[in-house]
Amino acid sequence: MELFGIHIPSYGWQTVLGSAISGVFLGSIYALVALGLTLIYGVLHIINFAHGALLMLAMYAVFYLWNSLGIDPYVAMLIVVPGGFLFGYVLQRSVISKASHGRDEIILLVTLGIAIVIENAALFFFSATERSVRVPYDLDGFDLGVTFVVYPELAALGGSLLITLALWLFMSRTDTGKAIRAVAKERQGARLVGINVDHIFAVSFGIGTACVAAAASLLVPTYAVHPQIGYLFVLIAFTVVVLGGMGSFVGALVGGFLIGITEQLGRLYMGESLGVITISVIFILVLLFRPTGLFGQRSG
Amino acid sequence: MTKHTTTNKTRRQFIKTAAAGTVIAAAGITGFPYIARAAAAVKVGIVHPVTGWAQYSGSQCRFGAMMALDEINAAGGIKSLGGAMLEAMLGDAQSKPEIGAAEVEKMNEAGVSSIVGAYASNICLATTQAAAKHGIPHVVDVGVNDKIVSRGLTNTFRFGPGFGIITKAGVEGFLAVNKAAGSPTKRVVIVHENTTGFGAGIAGLMTKGLNPAGIEVVEVLPHPTPNKDFRNIALKIKEINPDVVIPSHYYNEGVLFLRTLQRQKIQPKAIYSVLGGASSQYRFLAEFPDAAQYVMDCNHWFDPKNQAAAAARNKTQAADKHYSYEVFLAYTAMKFTADAIERAGSSDRAKIVEAMASSSWSDHFMPYGPTKIVDGQNVGARPLVTQILGKNIDVIEPPEYATAKAIFPRPA
Repeated sequence: MELFGIHIPSYGWQTVLGSAISGVFLGSIYALVALGLTLIYGVLHIINFAHGALLMLAMYAVFYLWNSLGIDPYVAMLIVVPGGFLFGYVLQRSVISKASHGRDEIILLVTLGIAIVIENAALFFFSATERSVRVPYDLDGFDLGVTFVVYPELAALGGSLLITLALWLFMSRTDTGKAIRAVAKERQGARLVGINVDHIFAVSFGIGTACVAAAASLLVPTYAVHPQIGYLFVLIAFTVVVLGGMGSFVGALVGGFLIGITEQLGRLYMGESLGVITISVIFILVLLFRPTGLFGQRSG
Repeated sequence: MTKHTTTNKTRRQFIKTAAAGTVIAAAGITGFPYIARAAAAVKVGIVHPVTGWAQYSGSQCRFGAMMALDEINAAGGIKSLGGAMLEAMLGDAQSKPEIGAAEVEKMNEAGVSSIVGAYASNICLATTQAAAKHGIPHVVDVGVNDKIVSRGLTNTFRFGPGFGIITKAGVEGFLAVNKAAGSPTKRVVIVHENTTGFGAGIAGLMTKGLNPAGIEVVEVLPHPTPNKDFRNIALKIKEINPDVVIPSHYYNEGVLFLRTLQRQKIQPKAIYSVLGGASSQYRFLAEFPDAAQYVMDCNHWFDPKNQAAAAARNKTQAADKHYSYEVFLAYTAMKFTADAIERAGSSDRAKIVEAMASSSWSDHFMPYGPTKIVDGQNVGARPLVTQILGKNIDVIEPPEYATAKAIFPRPA
């Protein structure tokens, strides 16, 4: 079949369904990376350019915990998630907050600077060599008939759902969560009612970094770690955040799945290179009809 | 009297000065300052992508080039220049052609006599062109795109084979392996990268080579570099169910592709790569030994019976590096460069270009025979076909270099 001069091949339903299912798994990875990003944007109103670099750093932490101490990547989550929170908290309070003087455009540049420093430090200390983790259940899984699902893929999907649920519960049921929402909606008002805004900023950045650390644990069994790995996911994660609605966890999850499935089906029919444009097409279409994203709220 | 004395003294001084000047001038023409010049190092630019998507391969290339350079210097440098040391000027192409070209400009300003680099075909196309503007001899270490040496750039040389030679050997090797097994292959699928220019070229040439032999190329599946997911391609292969899959891409994509096939339980009669990236890499074998088993690859490979190749491998492993094609290709490219500078007896770019063009260098461990350059290409250069068998990467084709017999079709 020809469409706008492009040859569209035909595939059996098993291949199409298999591709859509693989899109769900790919989408869960995008959602995992986007969750932390959307929290940081939702509260701090900054685009965190260091997100990819922090993901890479967390993946190295998971790799070395496995390589040096034999800790399973999923068990390593118990270490890297609190570690990620602390690292993010300290980074926000000691570097980003101090260097930016509260100006958003400077925060943007500061996070960009942090990304450059982390990436080059990784290159210096870890070298350009990709590091792979080999877990005993790497190839285990079950056959859906149209595609074979391995446990690491299933873990990524389950992880994205659980983290979304946990974040939603945290934000809606805890005092800290409510304080974060208050700061996100009205910074001055929150300050007036006694909320320590600087602390909440750092907590938000810490939680965002903890999310990316959890994502790292779920990614490492599938993807090799190298200093550039963050870029592979974070650029699409930015798209997912905007598509889902900035600051929305459910939006990040749904946006991730939507982008993942669209991308996989686009690649199936239009080829691996050209198929990626379907991400831009769906992105533009959604924003045309819902400028605030799928689950975004109008400001003001 | 006083005047006379003064005059005498002046005359003596004049004679002394004149004599000394004459000696210095004479020595300048002949040998004395020649020794002083010998201390001056010959600058060689080494440009590779040590950051960006190709950072691993670029770093491997840099290691190989530096290993050769250090060996040359340790052995006394360039003898015809009185033992001049080779001085490396390192450049990072950042996996981008335009940055590679900018690095060459910097190297030109720094006065390099020659350049070795720049790994990926698209980067090599840019760096050789930039070097040509300044007449700098440029030895391509890995880039296999045949356009690199077919644009009439007289400064550009490639010691290793291009994809035309590689694909021809790939087709011949595959047909030999297939024939020996009773010709079970009827349908193949080609999977190739289409970002840097080598994969698409190989796919086209493989199709042309296999069709006349009665082997149908059912589908050609291109993908970008870098690529983070091969599940769609695996699903297509599953639906097509070919006898053999022929991949052609870089290391990262090679690993991800082969692991995806393994995870999806897709097992054709053979994976026969042509420049498969990971398919003949010791590192892939070490990290994923089960995914690597029985994978064949027509790729750059050293003469397995040459002791110098084994020594270079030991040295590489002692430095905690994997002995990959990037290492030994950049290593030999640097040695080829040093040989040319040695024979040129000069750090002059034009003289080195002449020496490279007329090279007959044979003191190497690649299966190429004595060097013969035609239009910048070493026409004796050739790849070998390897297969991963157990813990070894054995050569299976051509027979004169074979260390094992091919296992094809692979056991279930």
